[in-house]
Amino acid sequence: MKYLILIQSNERSLAVWEKLSDEQRMEFGRGHLLLTDEMAKAGVRVASEGLADPSLARWVSVRDGRTVASDGPFAEVKEHLAGFYLIDCEDLDEAIGWAAKVPDAAFTQVEVRPVLDMSGWEF
Amino acid sequence: MRRFGDFDACEDAVQEALLSAAQQWPDEGVPASPRGWLITVASRRRIEMLRNETARRRREEAMGYAPEPVPVSAVDDSLTLLLLCAHPALSTGSQVALTLRAVGGLSTAEIARALLVPEATVGQRISRAKQKIRDCGATFSLPPPAEREARLTAVRQVLYLIFNEGYTASSGARLQRAELSAEAIRLTRLLRARLPDDGEVAGLLALMLLTDARRPARASPDRSLVPLAEQDRSRWDAAAIAEGVALITATLASAPIGPYQLQAAIAAVHDEATRAEDTDWPQILQLYGMLHALSPGPMVQLNRIVALAEVHGPVLALAQLDLAEGDPALRGHHRVAAVRAHLLEKCGDLPAAHAAYLTAARLTLSVPEQHYLLARAAAVGSPDGAPGAGPASAP
Repeated sequence: MKYLILIQSNERSLAVWEKLSDEQRMEFGRGHLLLTDEMAKAGVRVASEGLADPSLARWVSVRDGRTVASDGPFAEVKEHLAGFYLIDCEDLDEAIGWAAKVPDAAFTQVEVRPVLDMSGWEF
Repeated sequence: MRRFGDFDACEDAVQEALLSAAQQWPDEGVPASPRGWLITVASRRRIEMLRNETARRRREEAMGYAPEPVPVSAVDDSLTLLLLCAHPALSTGSQVALTLRAVGGLSTAEIARALLVPEATVGQRISRAKQKIRDCGATFSLPPPAEREARLTAVRQVLYLIFNEGYTASSGARLQRAELSAEAIRLTRLLRARLPDDGEVAGLLALMLLTDARRPARASPDRSLVPLAEQDRSRWDAAAIAEGVALITATLASAPIGPYQLQAAIAAVHDEATRAEDTDWPQILQLYGMLHALSPGPMVQLNRIVALAEVHGPVLALAQLDLAEGDPALRGHHRVAAVRAHLLEKCGDLPAAHAAYLTAARLTLSVPEQHYLLARAAAVGSPDGAPGAGPASAP
């Protein structure tokens, strides 16, 4: 079963980041690399990425056939997605186990959500 | 699933279900379908034989004699391999991947496409699985007799999982995933050839054939799933149904009864009905009762309640559903909401059905099922009589 582990950046996480030493920040980054490796070795990793700063994002909409790509709203956004791990494992308990290893879980929290699936039983 | 070693409990439970069936049928009239009688008679006979065999085994064990398992040829690699791939140290995901690779001969890429995970992930899973087996000290040989039955149970589960992966696939990767069902059937035939007297292997094969037979009618042109009650049965694979029915009929008459056989019997009863309205629901209800006694579980409970509604009406079924929800395994399960919605709709309580369909749609993880549930919600309308709202989240 597939689960998405979402890592959000928000005021709280930024406040925590501020207080970390350089060494701790490097440890944080290493933690993510090691976890990615561990997930791959365990055969559960489907995809995992860190995302660029929201200022580099574009918001895309289509109106009357015209594509509009604009810079994102800045001031109002309280939270944005910083990264994710998409894993395929046995069940929610195992997914929670993996989420607990995400460095951010030790400082703030991460979200684990089941992924919808295109299969379906007869009913 | 209760272990088959638990003879007394199994026997008593199944015997009780059969006795109650035997008592009810004279009152409610002889069932039109000969299969109903066959199952009763066959099962009774098997229960007796089982009793005799158990008595014999107990005598033998009392004398210090351990019964020999079905002898298997020493050069029977594929059976050994199947058993090895279902090693208890492995997660089910690993068992599936390893079985597909080692016994099925599928490439890592093919497995990856079928399971919808990256090739590297599958490769790792398989390497780790092999390593784990080595670390456990397992060798390329049959497990010791004491473990063989448990391992065989695991093999059957793996094969059923592979079948399910292929069968429940819809849209997108359907083609690759449909091949998984064919592969599962092929591997199960292989297992059956090695163990022709194993009733549960035969039951599993019959179940797969009878389920896969419905595949051509499962998806509509717009690729949404078609419920069993609405399927165009002329598109069902008649040859597969014939084979499945013949197999389960023969098996019920010659083997101790088990969960896969019961599931196959249920599938046979469904598949034999030329129209949905011809479905022999009383028999299905009996079979689910027996399945619940042998191998209880949330899905069995829910399916039994659906059958109960067909036989005794939705009000009684709703009461049973309320009772069933006391079981922790069922609480909050999205299927409970879906079944409740279905029953409420049958009762004519449309506003409550509408709400229940929406709840079920929110809780399911299956996109096709979500579409179906939202469509039902719209069909029964919102409380104020206006057509239902659109999907809460578009995929």
